[in-house]
Amino acid sequence: MSISVRIPTILRTYTQGSALVELESTPATLLEAIDALEAIGPGIKGRLIDDEGKLRRFINLYINDDDVRFLDGLASVLNDGAQISIVPAVAGG
Amino acid sequence: MSLETAANQSRSFGNATHLVCRACGASATLGADYSCWECFGPLEVAYEFGNITREQIQSGPLSLWRYAALLPVPANVADSRNLAPGFTRLHKADRLAKALGITGQLWIKDDSGNPTHSFKDRVVAVAQSAGIALGFNTLACASTGNLAHAVAAAAARAGQRSVVLVPSNLEANKIQATAAYNGLVIGIDGNYDDVNRLCGELIGEEVSADWGFVNVNLRPYYAEGSKTVGYEIAEQLGWRLPDQVVIPVASGALLTKVDKGWREFIGLGLVEDRPYRVFGAQATGCNPVSAAWRDGHEVVRPVKPDTIAKSLAIGNPADGPYALDAVRRTNGAVGDVTDEEVIEGIRLLAECEGIFGETSGGVTVATTRKLLAAGLLDPTAETVILNTGEGLKTLDAVSTGTGFSATISPNVESVTNVIESSS
Repeated sequence: MSISVRIPTILRTYTQGSALVELESTPATLLEAIDALEAIGPGIKGRLIDDEGKLRRFINLYINDDDVRFLDGLASVLNDGAQISIVPAVAGG
Repeated sequence: MSLETAANQSRSFGNATHLVCRACGASATLGADYSCWECFGPLEVAYEFGNITREQIQSGPLSLWRYAALLPVPANVADSRNLAPGFTRLHKADRLAKALGITGQLWIKDDSGNPTHSFKDRVVAVAQSAGIALGFNTLACASTGNLAHAVAAAAARAGQRSVVLVPSNLEANKIQATAAYNGLVIGIDGNYDDVNRLCGELIGEEVSADWGFVNVNLRPYYAEGSKTVGYEIAEQLGWRLPDQVVIPVASGALLTKVDKGWREFIGLGLVEDRPYRVFGAQATGCNPVSAAWRDGHEVVRPVKPDTIAKSLAIGNPADGPYALDAVRRTNGAVGDVTDEEVIEGIRLLAECEGIFGETSGGVTVATTRKLLAAGLLDPTAETVILNTGEGLKTLDAVSTGTGFSATISPNVESVTNVIESSS
């Protein structure tokens, strides 16, 4: 099964308007998946990761239901059929 | 956008001029955006206030709309169908002060007096106005309970549809109260952070295209409503600021906005510019901001919440870094308390002041006690504590040890026996 990525409205300019992108390759880690996204929409990687290679402060990434900050961050392993979700940080209560 | 539309829109947002990113400073037009297009940072409302006087404010209604000129709302907002929350009691708390060992003046800002019994009515009122201006017909939110209640009620008042998404394990009282308004109440299998994430994903989806999420795509406007807590404290103290304030921290937005409100009052010359200290209160079972303060971190590391203080159970608080900034800038602190201490705090507030606060109120009172013991709060200074919600909403938390003191036959001797055995 392929890996899919849910794209927020704010980044759909990189995916020709698509809300859900199916990756054709089989990335082993989150970082590899982001590299695969970059190949589809050049520039998107820089929106997610800063110059030091860290996940940007106001972006949340999830693998299935888990915030990657609770996993291994960008090194988190992707299982077959994993769904990645990119969500700008929001607050509330 | 036509000139006419632009003019109408600008009137809809009063003195607000645009949105600005708090992280990188990029500007955006007043719209349904919550996240900076450059860096995803949170967007905040910017204004050109002009001259605003105490007299203008005092001639306004006894609700948060007396501060309409300081909010992103039209000047005639009070005429629209809304719950007109705010202007809640600032209660002088002498008995609690004595119990806590505070020798300075102590005040409780009691926001349980709002229409749906929490401070969330304030933020919803401002978000609702913005949502109507931006053409949304449905009022929606991700909530830990109080916000859902406020959204459902405000939507009912205005004749709007409401859709609220909450963790399915929420307190039963909060779900029942929210459902009474006959909106859509959707329980999500997960915690608040899961619900929040889902609502973020719903932005831009067809099913929710007509939904104004008060705390997602209307968030810049929503958050401004919290400033009115700060405005009211200053006005009710006789147009001056207290020495220190203790504020419960969930997303961190309330603390940040009380501070913003006071700085605006200083900037407009409405109060004297004097130092004040801002303190934050969290439950130990969800203490990401307190932990970051204690460890000297600028970044707030998310946690998985596990506390009875569900209204504060946001493990990934987006305004956490800004709350830390305000606390550090004003030489304050952030503390946290265990669930047992939360219950003690609820009881202390109730027995000393006749105010039955919800768990977040217990967090704030108990944290105040802890910060005093640690020498971080000054017991001789004038202090304001916020109670942001009503104890009837979180009855489960105090279910142990509450109930009849005695059950007796209807005669004088039995009453006498009870009184004698209890004294």
